[in-house]
Amino acid sequence: MDAALIPLLPLLVVGGTALLVIVLDLLPPRDRKGHLGVVALAGVVMALLVSLGLWGREGRAFRGMVVLDNFALFLDVVICYAAALVLLLSTDYLRRNDGERGEYYILVLLSTLGMVLMAAAADLIVIFLALELMSLSLYVLAGFFRGRLAAAEASMKYFLLGAFATGFFIYGIALIYGATGSTALDRIAAATRAGTRDPLLLVGLGLLLVGFGFKISSVPFHMWVPDVYEGAPTSVTAFIATGSKAAGFAALLRVLLSTFKVSQPDWTVLLWVVAVLTMTVGNVVAIAQSNLKRMLAYSSVAHVGYMLIGVVAGGALGAGSVLFYLLVYTFTTAGAFGVILLLERGRREAVDLDDYAGLAGRHPVLALTLALFLLSLIGMPPTAGFAGKFYLFGAAVRSGYIWLAVIAVLNSAVAAYYYLRVVVYMYMRDTEGLPTGPAPSFAGRLALAIALWGIFQLGLLPAPVLDLAQAAVAPLLR
Amino acid sequence: MKLPILSLVTFLPLLGGVVIALFPRGREALVRWLAFLVSTAAFALSLLLYFGFDAGSPDYQFVEQVRWMPSFGISYHLGVDGISLLLVLLTTFLSPLALLSSWRAVEVRVKEFAASMLLLETGMLGVFVSLDLFLFYIFWEAMLIPMYLIIGVWGGPARIYAAIKFILYTLAGSVLMLVAILALYFHHGGVTGIYTFDLPLLTRYVVPGGIQLWLFLAFAVAFAIKVPMFPFHTWLPDAHVEAPTAGSVILAGVLLKMGTYGFLRFCLPLFPQASLAATPWIFLLALIGIIYGAWVSMVQPDLKKLVAYSSVSHLGFVVLGLFTLTPQGIVGGLIQMVNHGLSTGALFLLVGILYERRHTRLIAEFGGLWQVVPAFSALLMIVALSSLGLPGLNGFVGEFLILVGAFAWAANLSAAGPPAYLVPVLATSGIIFAAVYLLWMYQRVCFGEITAEANRGLTDLTRREWAVLLPVLLFIVWIGVYPRPFTGKTEASVQALIAQVQSKAAAAAPAQPDLQRIHASGAPTPSAWGAGLGGR
Repeated sequence: MDAALIPLLPLLVVGGTALLVIVLDLLPPRDRKGHLGVVALAGVVMALLVSLGLWGREGRAFRGMVVLDNFALFLDVVICYAAALVLLLSTDYLRRNDGERGEYYILVLLSTLGMVLMAAAADLIVIFLALELMSLSLYVLAGFFRGRLAAAEASMKYFLLGAFATGFFIYGIALIYGATGSTALDRIAAATRAGTRDPLLLVGLGLLLVGFGFKISSVPFHMWVPDVYEGAPTSVTAFIATGSKAAGFAALLRVLLSTFKVSQPDWTVLLWVVAVLTMTVGNVVAIAQSNLKRMLAYSSVAHVGYMLIGVVAGGALGAGSVLFYLLVYTFTTAGAFGVILLLERGRREAVDLDDYAGLAGRHPVLALTLALFLLSLIGMPPTAGFAGKFYLFGAAVRSGYIWLAVIAVLNSAVAAYYYLRVVVYMYMRDTEGLPTGPAPSFAGRLALAIALWGIFQLGLLPAPVLDLAQAAVAPLLR
Repeated sequence: MKLPILSLVTFLPLLGGVVIALFPRGREALVRWLAFLVSTAAFALSLLLYFGFDAGSPDYQFVEQVRWMPSFGISYHLGVDGISLLLVLLTTFLSPLALLSSWRAVEVRVKEFAASMLLLETGMLGVFVSLDLFLFYIFWEAMLIPMYLIIGVWGGPARIYAAIKFILYTLAGSVLMLVAILALYFHHGGVTGIYTFDLPLLTRYVVPGGIQLWLFLAFAVAFAIKVPMFPFHTWLPDAHVEAPTAGSVILAGVLLKMGTYGFLRFCLPLFPQASLAATPWIFLLALIGIIYGAWVSMVQPDLKKLVAYSSVSHLGFVVLGLFTLTPQGIVGGLIQMVNHGLSTGALFLLVGILYERRHTRLIAEFGGLWQVVPAFSALLMIVALSSLGLPGLNGFVGEFLILVGAFAWAANLSAAGPPAYLVPVLATSGIIFAAVYLLWMYQRVCFGEITAEANRGLTDLTRREWAVLLPVLLFIVWIGVYPRPFTGKTEASVQALIAQVQSKAAAAAPAQPDLQRIHASGAPTPSAWGAGLGGR
């Protein structure tokens, strides 16, 4: 193979699989599309293996617009895990909801492609491109159950607000281009290194942060989250919550740490405030939710706040712990949404807390699994959630942000309330004659098993992965 | 290779719990027996610790240390000394009894209950044997979940409220401790270049005064909530009243001791200067706890609530003893931890026995039980007397030593003059109040005429109930008559602890409280941090 293509390899695998699925979709059988899911899954797993195999390689392609480094590879792994879990959960779920169409898998692969490209982008234009590819696919996926009102609302809202945020983003790119004369990240970095505090540049950065804030759903750009998470098919919700967030953080970290290193004092102050607002608003509003999907939506906002702590703390530990947490969060959240998805009965979504009353009696294994994911979201040892928070808060303390760490841990204690409320319903309320749902499919069980393995592997032996994450951010900090 | 007894004792219950969790439904008798046998086996193993323990040495014994996350200075480090040995034994002793007591009381989800109890045992043992702050914190937190389930699933009518309150209170305290642990870690690493969570290494270091106070406060709040000290005690009555009997026994017997153990193991040696500075305030809270707990006990109409509030009072004594920093006070505090576990555990068992028969715990529902259930009444008498500190029974030994320690503390503080003596004097009044609420309760429950017809048909203790109570009674009398086998194991460690605290407190230079110093006094540069991670 041409050596110039090696940096593109993960992209090529995902993109190639997408094209393959498009072609296969046109071939018979017409009525069953489950095999497309298998092909898509194989492609994502292949991309995962390729990313692991490329570890340690560095390279650039397209005149430096796309970069291959450990940072991109680490996030490729996170994104591929998210996509693989979502695909495993999807097949059976789509069939039960009469939504089994080939486009679903194509769109999932295309948004995965956007995410992988975003992790590897070294030019603002490429970031924008990747962002649009990812987002447009997700807008459609959010409204995939087109017969449902909530789905249409979710899709429309996501699209309108997303387009609005993209406008900010591209305006920011324009201003930065005006200030530095380039959209390439390393040239912008070189231009800013001169040390001028060009207001144009700072405003441009601010607008970029608005765009990123929307994608990672930090306060005050989180308004779309609950409605979209609630209305979208649950498998898509899981993907928006994990994959798109990982991609957003990938670009955010790369832009902030490697390009705008000079303005670190400026954006650190800003993100400090955003982090506190994000976790506090997310957690406090989550308490008031009785719909599990909405609750997890607000909880995901809160988790973005925790991850922003790592960005504020900076350094190899801070940024590395963000990557580590993204991986942890992917397993945990995909797992939690996976359980919800497996419990849905036909067209009736089991998303109210009352639907979970006495679940431990009807579905002991699923109840236990969900409880473990929730414990990981709380950050209870020995699950991965604890290790992730431990590193994030440790990074904050190390960099002297003691108060930030204190606010964060108090937030975790508040969060325990609403996560445990689900446990209360599952274990401490009696079944009120609710029917048992269908037995989970093999693929669904496999997805949950992988996610469970993830939260215990990362919880009991987190150090090797954290070391990898720290090695991954090293190229950004040079 | 030497047998890793501590790991075996700690993880045997976990193993049993996992095996039981995998059992099919419906094998309830088997599950009960298996859980009981596993926890009994853990007790038998822990006896090896007792007999193999060298009382003459203040050092950690049966030490196991394995590198776990070397790049962070985290290791799997276990060990016991005179301070933790008795608590480990108390835990392994009470756990099988608690399981045995739940034979009839827990009828639903027996498998899950047994698994939770065994997981809980592992968590508690882990807290007492961990010598690494990271490991300690993991056990400390992990233990909350099974206790939360035990209260919330098998508890009384308001169990959900009580369970949530229990876990939120405890979490709120312990997360602050996590920040303090991290701050200590980075501060220690920044100053000495050694990044470690290892307790023995960290205790060698003298934390500068200003930082020390903050770290002490964060640790102290976590432990004070657990003890619980006034004003952090409000979760306790709810949790106790709603928990099933076995849960109450473990809660009172072992969980509360984690707070006092934490003070002794972490606060005093790590932050001696701050501990000394805070002593007057701790004493104030302890005294309020002793007297307030006793007064509130007096007016409780519910037996279980009475016992719950009496715990607040008794643990006030323990905290008082520990912070006198005298050998008598600390040894007394340690023994009193064990005593409280035995006496209050037995009281909860007896109340549970009554509740199983009558399904009420209101004192007004009883009266004249002596005529119907003499054996039960006799045991209740002995246990109540032990709890109020009658000489010849265990409670007396602990409270006496604590008060001796408190008087010694006051005598040393001659500069303060007579006001210092108020501390032991007021504490002594707590013993009098204890006699009031326990004896008055006993009088209303057991003496007089039979007031309620339903009580006429009560059956006396069954053989299983005898089997639960007799071992506890044995130790209640044994410690009361001849405490030497128990106190003797603790003394060397206690002496070493006091010497360490005093030398460290003398070495620490006074400083102003200043959070920023944690960072400023030697924060590692990113490259130094990288070097600290040199494991790669």
